[in-house]
Amino acid sequence: MKKFILAFTFSITALVSTMVIASSGAHLDKANNDLTDKESLKKGFKTYINYCLGCHQLQYQRYNRTFTDLGIEEADGIENYMYTGEKVGDHIKNTMPAKEAAKWFGTAPPDLTLEARLRNPDWIYTYLRSFYTDNKRPFGVNNVVFKDVGMPHVLQDLQGVQEKIITQEKIIANEKEGIEGQPEISHLSEAVEGELTAEEYDVVVRDLTNFLEYVGEPSKLERQNMGYGVLVFLFIFFIISWFLKKEYWKDVH
Amino acid sequence: MIMNLFNSFMGWLDKRLPVTDAWNKHLAQYPAPKNFNFWYFFGSLAMLVLVNQIFTGIWLTMSYEPSGDGAFASVEYIMRDVDYGWLLRYMHSTGASAFFVVVYLHMMRGLMYGSYQKPRELLWIFGMLIFLVLMAEAFMGYLLPWGNMSYWGAQVIISLFGAIPIIGDDLTLWIRGDYVISGATLNRFFALHVIALPLVLVILVFLHILALHEVGSNNPEGIEVKKKKGSIKLEDQSKFTFHKQYTDKYDIVDAIPFHPYYSVKDIMGVAGFLIIFCWVMFFAPEGGGYFMEAPNFEPANGLKTPEHIAPVWYFGPFYTILRIIPDKLLGAIGMFSAIIVLFLLPWFDRGVVKSVKYRSKLHLFNLIQFSISFIVLGVLGTMPSTPIANLIGVIATFGYFGFFVALWFYSKNEKTQPVPERITG
Repeated sequence: MKKFILAFTFSITALVSTMVIASSGAHLDKANNDLTDKESLKKGFKTYINYCLGCHQLQYQRYNRTFTDLGIEEADGIENYMYTGEKVGDHIKNTMPAKEAAKWFGTAPPDLTLEARLRNPDWIYTYLRSFYTDNKRPFGVNNVVFKDVGMPHVLQDLQGVQEKIITQEKIIANEKEGIEGQPEISHLSEAVEGELTAEEYDVVVRDLTNFLEYVGEPSKLERQNMGYGVLVFLFIFFIISWFLKKEYWKDVH
Repeated sequence: MIMNLFNSFMGWLDKRLPVTDAWNKHLAQYPAPKNFNFWYFFGSLAMLVLVNQIFTGIWLTMSYEPSGDGAFASVEYIMRDVDYGWLLRYMHSTGASAFFVVVYLHMMRGLMYGSYQKPRELLWIFGMLIFLVLMAEAFMGYLLPWGNMSYWGAQVIISLFGAIPIIGDDLTLWIRGDYVISGATLNRFFALHVIALPLVLVILVFLHILALHEVGSNNPEGIEVKKKKGSIKLEDQSKFTFHKQYTDKYDIVDAIPFHPYYSVKDIMGVAGFLIIFCWVMFFAPEGGGYFMEAPNFEPANGLKTPEHIAPVWYFGPFYTILRIIPDKLLGAIGMFSAIIVLFLLPWFDRGVVKSVKYRSKLHLFNLIQFSISFIVLGVLGTMPSTPIANLIGVIATFGYFGFFVALWFYSKNEKTQPVPERITG
């Protein structure tokens, strides 16, 4: 029995370490989302309506569900968050024709309801802050996280223009190791200032990421809250069932 | 007054249906060995998860739309618009993984204590049939959310049948009902997943338990608790009352009635299991991307292959065996053989001593290397294929099949320890 436990522990350790090694990828900045921060979610929702919805639908999410969860009064919601004359019970959609859109951008802009679950919040947070000037691309920008992405930098007015910097050390390091082709980007620098400072822009993107995490799974908070209650109940139930078992088993020898 | 009413009702019922007799035969007077340990929880837990899958499945079916156009959206409808739909869906998706966890541990128990050996060969085969149907059930269920990994996972597995000579192409066409995986495939998988296979599963579970109660339960010592009639002095027999079907044929020792002793013990097991199950379900329903894979959060797209197509973790071991063999047909044969050898286990093992406790060191080593090989194969199945991973995969595959081959050779004249007559302690 002990040997089995030992063998199992060994194999679980092997399992975990192989997974850790396999999961390393491009560096992503932490979004540090907080789904309980309703103000942040509201601001993110607003940014989404203003900058994203034109191309990216949230076709599985309804306006009124979002209002309820984010604490927006219905009248306020209709006034400030709904621009295209839908009903409050409607899904958050746009009127962009998918076929035409595919022609304009090379691929139709995807629905983003589940983007935070398909990628992850940190990816979105980093992606929206990683556009840089690249004149070879149709919209004049490229992205560090999503190479040759078909999307223009919609938030450019806010962030400003970034340029990629490849440090001399990186070039030398590449030459030393005999790596051919373009060296990796060392970091991005602000070439043209935007309406917001870098810190302010990060907050805008963080709010947007927070909103996208919410919309990916609107019941997430409810799920976790219910989870605590269920676990407390089960712990008590386990203790009672343990004593019950002990009581019954007194007569077994 | 109420008790009298109840008794006369039961009397009426028993004259027409053997309710009390069945209750006694299978629960209240069923002789279960008194020394079941931790590993014996997983049978009742498998039953619990089966019931969970059936009930949550029924409610999911009420809002799910089995069509290529509607399936993905209807799952999100369940997640957002159906009251507690998210809970039903997570119970079902976490339940699928939990089912395999408990079934693998249940099988491991059988391996450790020789529960497949004579006279329990048929019991083992029913169990293996349950495992086989369960895999088919899980595979078809995985297509239903119509996510991109659903689609491509099914694509890879169905295409395996295409490797069969002559009939291969026609066979895959017949399975899919179309030239590619489409709404037609989804609809037939739905029918099989919600009606045909669960029905077979429930019948097999019934037979599994019936066969178990005919031969009696094994235990960690591998010592039978049913002795030859007349061989045991009355004062040495178990003092509990057992059903006459058992006591007419045998003298019962070291056994206790299943109910209430193991029913209360299993309730404790259920509580312990649910703590882990609910912790995953409420706080990590995606299981770190292993229970619900990220590419499944975008709809099925025949033109967009996920970067790395991985089967769900519970198919990992078999998928690795398939993948490390370069030839497609041989790979498929290898994969199916891995399941067939499990069916034949009672005949690979030619020993008479059941429990690993009284068997040779060699057998203990063989069991440990088999468990490690199986886990390693499982991990590799979820990872991208690389030359080093493939090499480890080949070694683990030899470990997997080697278990059975080695067992066949050494079990005939194995150096075992003397097995006591009675369960002590």
